[in-house]
Amino acid sequence: MEAAYTAPPLLVSVSPHIKDGETTARIIWTVSAALAPTGVMGAFYFGPRAVVSMVLCVAAAVASEYLFQKLLKRKITVKDGSAFLTGLLLAFNLPPAVPFYVPILGAMVAILLTKQLFGGLGFNVFNPALMGRVFCVITFPRLLTTWSAPTAAFTALDARTCATPLNILKMDGMGNLIDSFGGASPMYFQLLTGHRGGCIGETCVAALLAGALFLLYKKYITWHIPVAFLGTAAMIAWIFGGTGALCSGDPLFHLLSGGIILGSFFMATDYVTSPSSRGGRLLFGAGCGFLTMLIRLKGGYPEGVMFSILIMNCFAPLIDRGFRPRLFGATKGKKK
Amino acid sequence: MRTGPFTFRGGIHPPDSKERSKDRPIVAAKIPARVVVPLLQHIGAPCAAAVTVGQALNKGDFVGTSGGFISAPVHSPVSGKVTGLVHVPHPSGMKVPAVSIENDFAETWKDLRDEPECSGLSRDDVVGRVHDAGIVGMGGAAFPAHVKLSPSHGFAIDTLIINGVECEPYLTADHRLMLEKPFDIAEGAKLIMKVLGVSRCMIGIESNKPDAVAVMKEACGNGTGVTVHAVKIKYPQGAEKMLIKALVNREVPLRGLPMAAGVVVHNVATAAAVYNAVRYGRPLIERVVTVTGDAIREPKNLLVRIGSTVADAIEECGGFSREPGKIIMGGPLMGFALPSMDMPVTKGTSGIVALSKETVLHNDEFGPCIKCGRCIDVCPMGLVPSVLGVLAEKGFYEEAKAYRVHDCFECGSCTYVCPSKRPIVQFVKLAKSLVKP
Repeated sequence: MEAAYTAPPLLVSVSPHIKDGETTARIIWTVSAALAPTGVMGAFYFGPRAVVSMVLCVAAAVASEYLFQKLLKRKITVKDGSAFLTGLLLAFNLPPAVPFYVPILGAMVAILLTKQLFGGLGFNVFNPALMGRVFCVITFPRLLTTWSAPTAAFTALDARTCATPLNILKMDGMGNLIDSFGGASPMYFQLLTGHRGGCIGETCVAALLAGALFLLYKKYITWHIPVAFLGTAAMIAWIFGGTGALCSGDPLFHLLSGGIILGSFFMATDYVTSPSSRGGRLLFGAGCGFLTMLIRLKGGYPEGVMFSILIMNCFAPLIDRGFRPRLFGATKGKKK
Repeated sequence: MRTGPFTFRGGIHPPDSKERSKDRPIVAAKIPARVVVPLLQHIGAPCAAAVTVGQALNKGDFVGTSGGFISAPVHSPVSGKVTGLVHVPHPSGMKVPAVSIENDFAETWKDLRDEPECSGLSRDDVVGRVHDAGIVGMGGAAFPAHVKLSPSHGFAIDTLIINGVECEPYLTADHRLMLEKPFDIAEGAKLIMKVLGVSRCMIGIESNKPDAVAVMKEACGNGTGVTVHAVKIKYPQGAEKMLIKALVNREVPLRGLPMAAGVVVHNVATAAAVYNAVRYGRPLIERVVTVTGDAIREPKNLLVRIGSTVADAIEECGGFSREPGKIIMGGPLMGFALPSMDMPVTKGTSGIVALSKETVLHNDEFGPCIKCGRCIDVCPMGLVPSVLGVLAEKGFYEEAKAYRVHDCFECGSCTYVCPSKRPIVQFVKLAKSLVKP
């Protein structure tokens, strides 16, 4: 029998037939890349122990995700970079010198409890890295409040301990804080360059801002959350942050210290756990800024970025419900 | 008053991929020995066959007619003999009745006329001739044109918009038509203005076609009430609602017709077809089709007889240069992927895009929604595609309805930008088909 002519097999699928080249994995890996300068500066200031922490966090996060998915016979998704990024952010949120089990346990809580048990990427309610940190703060309160002094030399193995600027502010007041830096100008400068006590990835504001600008330029994050976050915090710091009269606070100090830059540009902007609409992002950012300053000024903890973001994470779905865009052609008054 | 061009919220900027065919003048395709003319080539009631097997036909004779108002008759694109009443595949996936005609190559027309003074015709005469010529919206939607010339009472129409935007990537048929038949388009526009009783006509052309803007400006002349506007390059600028917004800054009410915004929109090719129908009595039996894509040897803008097959048109362009992986009828953002090349070209076929095996996207796997919000930013209708996609994926169709799934016109912008490659339009189509608006 003669072979029938066979037409080429054609793919039939629903439109659109062309797509943008952007992928989730590329976005997530790019965010990690934008954090690279901060990681380098963390290693520079806090030495090998910081590097060990970063490696442990990332390795534990990736391994947890891999093993969990392997065990449950799910698709292995570690290549999308999400676990890597969570690990890196967790390390950035830990003090430089913690025992090896802290990063490992923190990463496991971040990946397993916070992300995978909720269904994996896209389904988690809370920021995984911050949940990992919360677990560590509550479980190891002493370890998580012991800060190494920065050393400009990479070699120092046993660095001195010191207090973070926010700690000094809480305990001793602004005057003593400025004295501890030897003046206001050196204080701002050191806060910017990161030569101060704090978590591995929160101190070098300059490196963080460089990465943040890159993400804004790539349109991987929008300005809404960081601007609302920092703007609200600055306003509150200025109005209520002073010791005596209203409007005598130091907003710049509050923006440069603690984890607010890391938090507002890299943690609060996490797509999954923040609102998707631009209006919603403004409200979300403002809420973060308000809660951060509430904790810093009135709470028991010197720093409030972590709790503020986690609390606002709860509201993200609700905010999204309230901030649906205006329908094209909707007549005024009748929104439905 | 600010006089545009305005813009609309959202939209995307895909690569336009028009360079393959935009400088290729329209050429008439070889007329096939056999044509298969579908009896449903428009939105609305299908036609009933008006011919019997064996019947001899002139070019332009009716082969299908319908009594419904929202319907358009179908004509024989060739002279010859009816060989069968058959069923052919339709891009939608259904099969539709069709008339198969064997070409005798005599090309004998049914009676044609020439009335240069056709602009003096009465309104009813013009509408009647447009109906009899079987003209439908040639931009792709294929809505019967005569219906849009007969606005219901209660709508105060003040503007006619002629759509020359052609925002779908790859397609250049309208672009070439504007360059080569500007007079037909301009005269058609003036006829439609007269029928609608409006003194203002705006022709919208995407600003990536400055040559077409210039040519159309010249063809329309001054003081005729017809003006030509370059509009922003942004998909879906050519969507009726978006073009109305861009030109007169009005929003068509939700679920409403453009008429509710005082506007009637016709495609440039439709306007040219109206002119040819009214002046010469020429029915719509051929149209310009852009045959392009990286798998096509010689991309062309072809004047194709309705009822030719996609295979005919591709052969006319030298066949395939690379193995095709997907053949799209229409543009790559809203067109239909064809299961076979035997599909006939219809009145609504603006393009045939053949993508090679290497460039075809395989979307077997997609990821979870990461709530990045890109789809929300680009949706021209102000919907929340991310949520619609998740709801439809999980089977919550009623909830999708509450999220206005029926207001989506499936432009595909959301799916184009989605970094997780979620087939949002597919989910939306599914939800729409399973729950009544």
